[in-house]
Amino acid sequence: MFDYAPAPESRDLVKFQESYGHFIGGKFTKPSNTYGTINPATEQTLAQISHGTAKDVDAAVKAARSAYEKTWSKLDGATRGKYLYRIARIIQERSRELAVAETLNNGKPIKETRDADIPLAASWFFYYAGWADKLDYAGLGANPMAHGVAAQVVPWNFPLMMLAWKIAPALAAGNTVVLKPAETTPLSALLFAEICQQAELPEGVVNIVTGFGDTGAALIDHGDINKVAFTGSTNVGRIIAKQIAGTNKKATLELGGKAANIVFEDAALDQAVEGIVNGIFFNQGHVCCAGSRLLVQESVQDVLIKKLKARMENIRLGDPMDKNTDIGAINSKAQLTKIDRLVKQGVKEGGERWAPACAMPKNGFWFAPTIITGVAPTNTVAREEIFGPVLSVMTFRTPAEAVAKANNSQYGLSAGVWTEKGSRILKMADQLNAGVVWANTYNQFDPASPFGGFKESGYGREGGRHGLLSYLKGSN
Amino acid sequence: MRLEIKKTYKLFIGGKFPRSESGRIYKVNNHKGDFLANIAKASRKDVRDSVVVARSAQAGWQAASAYNRGQVLYRIAEMLEGRREQFVAEIRELTGKSEKQANQEVDNAIDSWVWHAGWTDKIESVAGNMNPVAGPFFNISTNQPTGVVAAFAPQDSSLAGLVNTIAPVIVSGNSVVVVTSEAFPLSAITFAEVLETSDLPGGVVNILTGNAKELGSWLAAHMDVNAIDLEGTSNAAELEMLAAENLKRVVRPGLYPRTAAKGSLQQILDFMELKTVWHPKGN
Repeated sequence: MFDYAPAPESRDLVKFQESYGHFIGGKFTKPSNTYGTINPATEQTLAQISHGTAKDVDAAVKAARSAYEKTWSKLDGATRGKYLYRIARIIQERSRELAVAETLNNGKPIKETRDADIPLAASWFFYYAGWADKLDYAGLGANPMAHGVAAQVVPWNFPLMMLAWKIAPALAAGNTVVLKPAETTPLSALLFAEICQQAELPEGVVNIVTGFGDTGAALIDHGDINKVAFTGSTNVGRIIAKQIAGTNKKATLELGGKAANIVFEDAALDQAVEGIVNGIFFNQGHVCCAGSRLLVQESVQDVLIKKLKARMENIRLGDPMDKNTDIGAINSKAQLTKIDRLVKQGVKEGGERWAPACAMPKNGFWFAPTIITGVAPTNTVAREEIFGPVLSVMTFRTPAEAVAKANNSQYGLSAGVWTEKGSRILKMADQLNAGVVWANTYNQFDPASPFGGFKESGYGREGGRHGLLSYLKGSN
Repeated sequence: MRLEIKKTYKLFIGGKFPRSESGRIYKVNNHKGDFLANIAKASRKDVRDSVVVARSAQAGWQAASAYNRGQVLYRIAEMLEGRREQFVAEIRELTGKSEKQANQEVDNAIDSWVWHAGWTDKIESVAGNMNPVAGPFFNISTNQPTGVVAAFAPQDSSLAGLVNTIAPVIVSGNSVVVVTSEAFPLSAITFAEVLETSDLPGGVVNILTGNAKELGSWLAAHMDVNAIDLEGTSNAAELEMLAAENLKRVVRPGLYPRTAAKGSLQQILDFMELKTVWHPKGN
């Protein structure tokens, strides 16, 4: 048999500073109150990061407010757009460096940062750059207005891509921003701050404050922000919705999911297997829209699971910097503990656990790609978001039963449908209560395409014209 | 002399006119302060019953074609027009408005209802999208109703405020549980009779008379309600907190005018969910 030779990407493509301050008013502050950020694949410290305080947040909001009033809101849309085009181009120019930085800090495979995270981040800026001078066509009538200062809090699963989803439409619409990256993955946001400097973006238009949950809470609570955009867990989303109750702050919340990936007996099963693998094992399953509940029609359950297991035997888990790696490191010890706890709970509640034999690296945080069969709809692993490479398998007999089971969730972010019957796809797409439905594909993203959830998966959309609307209001 | 037959004012739940399960009533006086009627005072149980029937009616209403929903809503406008004298009389009696002012309010209510009826089959043309994605995919975004909506009609309007609260919710296929103005509930009951004689399926609109503050917390905290319109509430911040528990979509008070002869597309869209569907293109 053939085997893969190691094909590591060069670690030297990125050089981190020893320590970082916040990026406020176009400059980096002196590092203070620092903590180490690590590579989850090796547990080695990459840099020291400042843990932002309420005072830091206040300085950043003041810088953003001042930039909004003095420069950004006075610029014409075409000029704002040109800055965004510049940023898009610099991200493309520095894409290898950014991919390596992201993989080192997040633990995800280099092939994903190289082919998905970074190109999508660039495309998001390129797409929204073109909107900046066309706001009259956004659908709110002539001369729509920005909200003002946007507070943005992003998660650790797609650090730079989530930053782009937040910052690009905000700036195109004429807002200024204060963004807080996740505590475990701040480095690509800090490199992005450098990119803002290289693009000569006016100071204070983008501010980055690093830190933990308390830093984010201070930002959301700040009295001088007008717009909140958050991607993360439903629990934190709930807290934010309560925090801003009774204020004039507008919110976009992109929260958890427990997507059903539905395979009918007439599906192209080999394609479906690829889609299932992509749906749940992409990015170690650290994806809010991951296809974490496989609903397979009873008649093809045995053959599909057999094919799926055979495919999973060929998944390569290991060094994220290796270009052939499919599954990298779990982002943090805390996340690994959570995945482990939920899987054990699922087995206790009657599920049967299976994973291919795979060698785990000695250091770092790892979890083998896993499926749990025989899962009842009441099982914890059928209801709770695991946010890891774990697939819960259930069966159905009729399309109506598939819809009922798929919709039986507090979440409603995404769903997958696999069938060769066109009319069935369209009817399923109508009936599934999910913000994104992927039919005969999965985990596709594009800046022109709106993304966001129903029910407790949040509200507001990111991407496309609808994503722009989240950052605009009609003129009075 | 013939003794006039007076109406018993009741709730409107699931297409029927029950009294409040609690047996409670409250008195409403006319603009001169004289007793006018005993009005049913809805309770927590009435709220729960309403949400249950609203949920069971919603899927069918959403599944009706946009053309069909448009015709049903237009028929409601026809019924409204036929009852206009009754509405004018009730508004005058309750609020002390002049004949001209009361007529204006009824005109606005009917015209706004027609304005909304015409949107059913046009929302997607304006607010949906074919998305030009970079890969070989068919990619389309469409709006769907969010589900069951709780709404509080403005307190200072009899009919126009109620219409501009209900219509933007149900036009897209949602069902609604609406709490009326506490002081001016007569038009709401008459409006329920209009709905009952139209072809609107029972349970799509459920009308509760009573105290918004008392009913507000039950509706805001209800886990089977998808969105909430806080217009007619006096404790909106508190209710928004409760609504966060299941991340209801919230329309804060004062966002939209509620007495005009037309509404706002944005208000309609606030009670809808955008869904994006992808499919590969290929041979």
